[in-house]
Amino acid sequence: MRCELITIKVNGEERTLAVAPNRTLLNLLREDLNLTGTKQGCDDGDCGACTVLVDGRPVLACIKLAAQCDGCEVTTIEGLAREGRLDRVQEAFWHEGGMQCGFCTPGMIMSSYALLQRNPHPTEAEIRQAISNNLCRCTGYTKIVAAVKRAATFAEFTQR
Amino acid sequence: MRPFKYARATSEAEAVQLVSATPTAKFLAGGTNLLDLMKEDVERPTQIVDLTRLSHLAQIRPTLNGISIGALATNAQVANHPLVRQNYPLLSRAILAGASAQIRNMATVGGNLMQRTRCPYFYDTAMPCNKREPGSGCAAFHGLNRMHAIFGYSDKCIATYPGDMANALYALDATVKIRGANGQERTIPIRDFHRLPGDTPEQDNNLQHGELIVAVELAKNDFAKHSYYLKVRDRASYAFALVAVAAALALEGDRIKQARVVLGGVAHKPWRSTEAEDALVGKEATEANFRAAAEAAMKEAKPLAHNAYKVELGKRAIVLALQRAMDETI
Ligand SMILES: Cc1cc2nc3c(=O)[nH]c(=O)nc-3n(C[C@H](O)[C@H](O)[C@H](O)COP(=O)(O)OP(=O)(O)OC[C@H]3O[C@@H](n4cnc5c(N)ncnc54)[C@H](O)[C@@H]3O)c2cc1C
Ligand code: FES
Ligand code: FES
Repeated sequence: MRCELITIKVNGEERTLAVAPNRTLLNLLREDLNLTGTKQGCDDGDCGACTVLVDGRPVLACIKLAAQCDGCEVTTIEGLAREGRLDRVQEAFWHEGGMQCGFCTPGMIMSSYALLQRNPHPTEAEIRQAISNNLCRCTGYTKIVAAVKRAATFAEFTQR
Repeated sequence: MRPFKYARATSEAEAVQLVSATPTAKFLAGGTNLLDLMKEDVERPTQIVDLTRLSHLAQIRPTLNGISIGALATNAQVANHPLVRQNYPLLSRAILAGASAQIRNMATVGGNLMQRTRCPYFYDTAMPCNKREPGSGCAAFHGLNRMHAIFGYSDKCIATYPGDMANALYALDATVKIRGANGQERTIPIRDFHRLPGDTPEQDNNLQHGELIVAVELAKNDFAKHSYYLKVRDRASYAFALVAVAAALALEGDRIKQARVVLGGVAHKPWRSTEAEDALVGKEATEANFRAAAEAAMKEAKPLAHNAYKVELGKRAIVLALQRAMDETI
């Protein structure tokens, strides 16, 4: 299998990489770039653990070929904190205890972050809709929803 | 995923030529259905032709008589487009009832139409399935068939078409614009796009190998005021329909001039109920008339061992969708 040469910007840094066509964006992030914050759950589009932003929009990295991301800008959970300060969504999850085992948390935070970028004051229904493709086996979601509500009240100190 | 050759198409002609040249080649758009099936080893293409660079195919633009939606427009772009929301709210609603925020950002109009009609046995390579392996048998027919068809099935296949967008497109009489291997364009009315299983359940639709969907076109219609998409599923979001109803009414005075009732989750293709529509035209928009239409729609239903509930559920869903269509005033 011939490798494809792709150029992508990951968390602000531009990189040129050779990828085999049958590797996903998730494989690339976790295995080639060692960005293991993005989790591999079902690896089949069901659980949302692999949610990252591509050109600002949340997508599932496990069902996107890395080769398809040539020229794209990717933001992962590692890209949210700025100069040692957590992003407001991370901060709010920490305040509210919006996690237990933490496996769903990176994906959950990326979906919530994207929601607040386009809708700064979401209703509870809108929050639940936005995270409906992010499965959590631990929390029962109550504290996650509370965390997103709290994040909406914080100033956007890491807005790009 | 098995290895495959990858090419990024730089023109429609190149895309069509590359796929036409290899019987086991496939177009790739959002990847949300194809990559999923490749990971499960259900689809095994040897060559992938990536369409994502054909950005002109992602345009949504007004036409003299309605709207043209490029095949690569994402589901999120279509659902949120001001012209779609204003003139075709049924389409917007149907798309938003499907999948999830992440998947709607990836999934495209062409890919959505082409998503496989399926059932759990289709995904399970340890079980027989005529759709996956023609001639191997249908495990669902005498297996667990709670999710399966109540209309139009054959003894070869009882799977249902899972898409939401196409149900609305049927109700709105969309046309699918296609570019063929010889470079010529042709159109297929949406009602002729998907197929019933018959003896060839491996074919979900009437697109030939190598043909590229370039756009979906909608004409102006009188349904924008009174339409609704109701999707009934096992949980409130992010699940396929048990039954879905795309309902649209056009009124003249207090009489129904035109009606559309298209059901999802009940057949191998979106199931238009002309019986329900005929029962509505010329009548007033009352609950009693909606009930009569729902009875007419379900009269010919032939439930399987585990899905008789879909008949009653379908009737109630049709009545509710029509009522909501009347309540919605946009
Ligand atoms: C977890 C999950 C939940 C889902 N829930 C729903 C739901 O509730 N409702 C719903 O409607 N859908 C649902 N879907 C399905 C989703 O909508 C489809 O997978 C998606 O629309 C496919 O579009 P795509 O662009 O990703 O297609 P791809 O996966 O890229 O392609 C699918 C097929 O279409 C062909 N193709 C793509 N573009 C073209 C073209 N322009 N011309 C010709 N052939 C083409 C490809 O060759 C391939 O065979 C769900 C999917 C997942 C993974
Ligand atoms: S790992 Fe991607 S959706 Fe589960
Ligand atoms: S905290 Fe464990 S899965 Fe969500």
